[in-house]
Amino acid sequence: MDATTNVAPLLQVKSVRQAFPKPDGSQLLVLDDLNLDLAEGEIVGLLGRSGSGKSTLLRLIAGLARPSGGNITYLGRPVVAPAPGVAMVFQSFALFPWMTVLENVQLGLEALGLPEAEIRRRALSAIDLIGLDGYESAYPRELSGGMRQRVGFARALVVHPNILLMDEPFSALDVLTAETLRTDFLDLWSEGRLPIKGVILVTHNIEEAVLMCDRILVFSTSPGHIVDQIKVDLPQPRNRLDPSFRDLVERIYVVMTARPAASARASPALEKTRAIGMDAVLPRVSANLLSGFIEAVAGAPYNGRADLPVIASSLHMEVDDLFPVAESLQLLRLVDIEGGDIQLTDAGKQFAEAGIDDRKKLFQKLLLAHVPLATHIRRVLQDRSSHVAPRSRFLDELEDHMDEEAAEQTLRAVIGWGRFAEAFAYDDQSERFSLENPT
Amino acid sequence: MSADREHPIVERILPISVGEWTRSVTRWDAFAVLLILGILIFLGEASRSLLAPLSELQATPLSLAPAHLPEYAARTTLRMLVALAFSLLFTFSYATLAAKSKRAELVLVPLLDILQSVPILGFLSITIVFFMSLAPGRVLGAEFAAIFAIFTSQAWNMGFSFYQSLRTVPVELLEAASVFRLSPWMRFWRVEAPFGMPQLIWNMMMSMSGSWFFVVASEAISVGNTTVLLPGMGSYIAVAIAQKSLAAVAWAIGTMLVVILIYDLVLFRPLVAWADRFRFEHEAGIPPPRSWVLNVLRRSGIVALLARPGAMIWRQSFGWRSFRAAKAAPRSHERLRPRGDRLWTAFVLVVAAAALWQVSRFVMQELAPADIGEAFALGLATLLRIVILIAIASVVWVPVGVWVGTRPRATRLFQPVAQFLAAFPANLLFPLVVSAIVAYGLNPDIWLSPLMILGTQWYILFNVIAGAAAIPAELRDCCVNLQVRGWLWWRTTAFPAVFPYYVTGAITAAGGSWNASIVAEVASWGNQRLEAYGLGAYIAIATQKGDFHRIVLGIAVMSLFVVLINRALWRPLYQHAERKYRLG
Repeated sequence: MDATTNVAPLLQVKSVRQAFPKPDGSQLLVLDDLNLDLAEGEIVGLLGRSGSGKSTLLRLIAGLARPSGGNITYLGRPVVAPAPGVAMVFQSFALFPWMTVLENVQLGLEALGLPEAEIRRRALSAIDLIGLDGYESAYPRELSGGMRQRVGFARALVVHPNILLMDEPFSALDVLTAETLRTDFLDLWSEGRLPIKGVILVTHNIEEAVLMCDRILVFSTSPGHIVDQIKVDLPQPRNRLDPSFRDLVERIYVVMTARPAASARASPALEKTRAIGMDAVLPRVSANLLSGFIEAVAGAPYNGRADLPVIASSLHMEVDDLFPVAESLQLLRLVDIEGGDIQLTDAGKQFAEAGIDDRKKLFQKLLLAHVPLATHIRRVLQDRSSHVAPRSRFLDELEDHMDEEAAEQTLRAVIGWGRFAEAFAYDDQSERFSLENPT
Repeated sequence: MSADREHPIVERILPISVGEWTRSVTRWDAFAVLLILGILIFLGEASRSLLAPLSELQATPLSLAPAHLPEYAARTTLRMLVALAFSLLFTFSYATLAAKSKRAELVLVPLLDILQSVPILGFLSITIVFFMSLAPGRVLGAEFAAIFAIFTSQAWNMGFSFYQSLRTVPVELLEAASVFRLSPWMRFWRVEAPFGMPQLIWNMMMSMSGSWFFVVASEAISVGNTTVLLPGMGSYIAVAIAQKSLAAVAWAIGTMLVVILIYDLVLFRPLVAWADRFRFEHEAGIPPPRSWVLNVLRRSGIVALLARPGAMIWRQSFGWRSFRAAKAAPRSHERLRPRGDRLWTAFVLVVAAAALWQVSRFVMQELAPADIGEAFALGLATLLRIVILIAIASVVWVPVGVWVGTRPRATRLFQPVAQFLAAFPANLLFPLVVSAIVAYGLNPDIWLSPLMILGTQWYILFNVIAGAAAIPAELRDCCVNLQVRGWLWWRTTAFPAVFPYYVTGAITAAGGSWNASIVAEVASWGNQRLEAYGLGAYIAIATQKGDFHRIVLGIAVMSLFVVLINRALWRPLYQHAERKYRLG
């Protein structure tokens, strides 16, 4: 991609920010100061965990919404509505179940008002290119997930877009199907048979990003911003087992698990992961999963210290599964995470060896010591003579710091942990916390 | 690219647009031509004499001879179909406006909610005068009035269902439509209308059976001192009741059976089978609905040939420039415009208050507070009837429904029967019951009541059947394994599992019963009139007398009852059921 210097970029995103108004009048910032260029012939990956705003950015680029600040230009013109020449492939395929494969593919051409013969010719050639011949008159529900996503690709390619936007296009597919589709796409791309000039791929899968992209932008959460930009110079086709491939994967893990203090532009919200207060959003991870993960790290071959990418792939965990678990354990001081490695603390080792009752006791101790929300709930319950408090009391307090959905999730998470630790009880019918479990 | 092998393509009929229409005429064509000719003859026959003067109609009195029944049935059905077409038009415009504009929504949706639960029957007398003046002295005016009355019984629930469908179109489909730059026109016909279609067709079927209640009232029209009897099933029954002819009532019931079977066969079954492809989620293991009429039309080359130019123009309209204005996406902070919205809300509230004041002034001109008290007392009487009836129907139909629903064979046999019972116009059976009450001198306050629930109880039954059939097999196996039987099984498994479904059914049944009370609390047989003490009778009598003050009061009180009960009882109950007992 050496020709990028003298050609204007296909797409330019300049200091874009996106905020949503909250009911109380304040603003919830989801994207902050984002910059991105897409040059011709490039595949750029947006990599991050769910909630990091990468899909929001993709929708801004697609013209489905407009940013609160900054601007996005496509071929030099500002994007204010879905632009011609920008097509999208969706995570959930977004096929119309009442249209056949052919009708689905023709949709974008009909919207252009092309003559019927032209529509037919182009649709059939896209179907042919993407390997869907013979399926023209099938309805999406008759197809497997992989074939459905092929229809999604054909539908996007048939309008001959300059830019193809892909929103986690392989994440709803099983491992094998996803891999076939990725390689097929890359083959067509490197042979120059796709009528597109640039690709933006949103993904939470680190290996997928390294496999497909020329450049990877790593996103971090609250608010979403780019923490690092990684160029991938490996020649296509890439080999997942190649040491330089593994090195890159490892490097991205390190970036993604880095303590916010170490990163160049830590936002105030991120710093609180260390000194967590009442305003921290807790991930919903079951105590069972935490126990299971500790056992896995404690056992052979890791014996208390594991390389994150290695243990992730052996446990078949994606980034979105792995990081919440790792962070919860870190929060409870059961593990330390450093340089892409995860290591059990003394408490973690003790937990791994204990029986169920001792585990609960230890968990209770750690929960009340390191999760302020749990400490707070416990103290409120102890202070009240009835030892009972309504859920709304804590929910209101949380909503001072976060949006409704996050508050709900955080409260659910602490209820789950509190129950396992037997720190307090919760009755979903009456929506009340209490100190005593029913006897 | 390699193709998946595990999914061989199923042999299926190509849609018209890709079908080969050049092939020679097939036997399907013969069938199709017969079908289409039959429909054309039916339309021509039924619409004959529309422009004739009214006096001609009065010169030929309605005959109770069974030979006339096919013609009467055809005319009534045609009226209902025309009303249905208008209801569709209403649905597509009203519901779309409500779903697209936040401000329109603020007014249109509560209005629809009220219209849906309010019987318009009482206002018939006003609208008749208006429509008769459109075509003075001609049958056409009376036909308009009848069709409008039927329309008011069909349109609201169709509109409401379509509005709700439009609100629930999956986001990713809308995003795909935007990214591929579909115009609003194309988006409506390719995305939104198809998504709402299965639900809309189901509601059309409900509307069709619901509107039979209105046919009897709408075909016998009184203007001043003269009464116009439009030829049709409704008038036939009215005459049969006036002449105390049980035989004629029996003939009418028999004819209705046939009519329902026919329109189910040539209209609704094909529509349901056709709309199946618009279903967004397909439940596994349930065979898709089939219709041989639809198959005949689909396989016929002539039909494809005739449909082709229309389909082409249709598709080309999607690309027309005037429909294709690209709209700028909203900025996130533009979504809330509190000031404009507040102004609009204030405006709406002022208008509503003014309307309320007008209505109360109108009512209070003639009526004293005592009348309002009376109307409330009558409302309580009707409410008591409905509560008791729903309770009795529940005690009977919940166990039956669970029994049927947990046996797949019985479900397959019984489900179509229950649906047919629901589609059958219950008020055709009224004369049988009423003649029995007269003959045995029974108390009308008690014995007229069952008529209210005659047509609506089936909703409880088939919702419970559906709920029982949805109990997962593993849960049932688990009960067998743990030896959970008898009362314990009912208490821990059956009742909780069917509860959300039961609530849905009971809501529909109760709502329908309020409406039915207007027809059911007053009945006559020959020159004998039976009246029950209730709000329905109050409205019906006021309507007969043309006492608008009492009509308005009666309807206002009934609406208040319906809305309050919906808000205070059914909605919370439904939410509770959804939250606690929904399986899976």
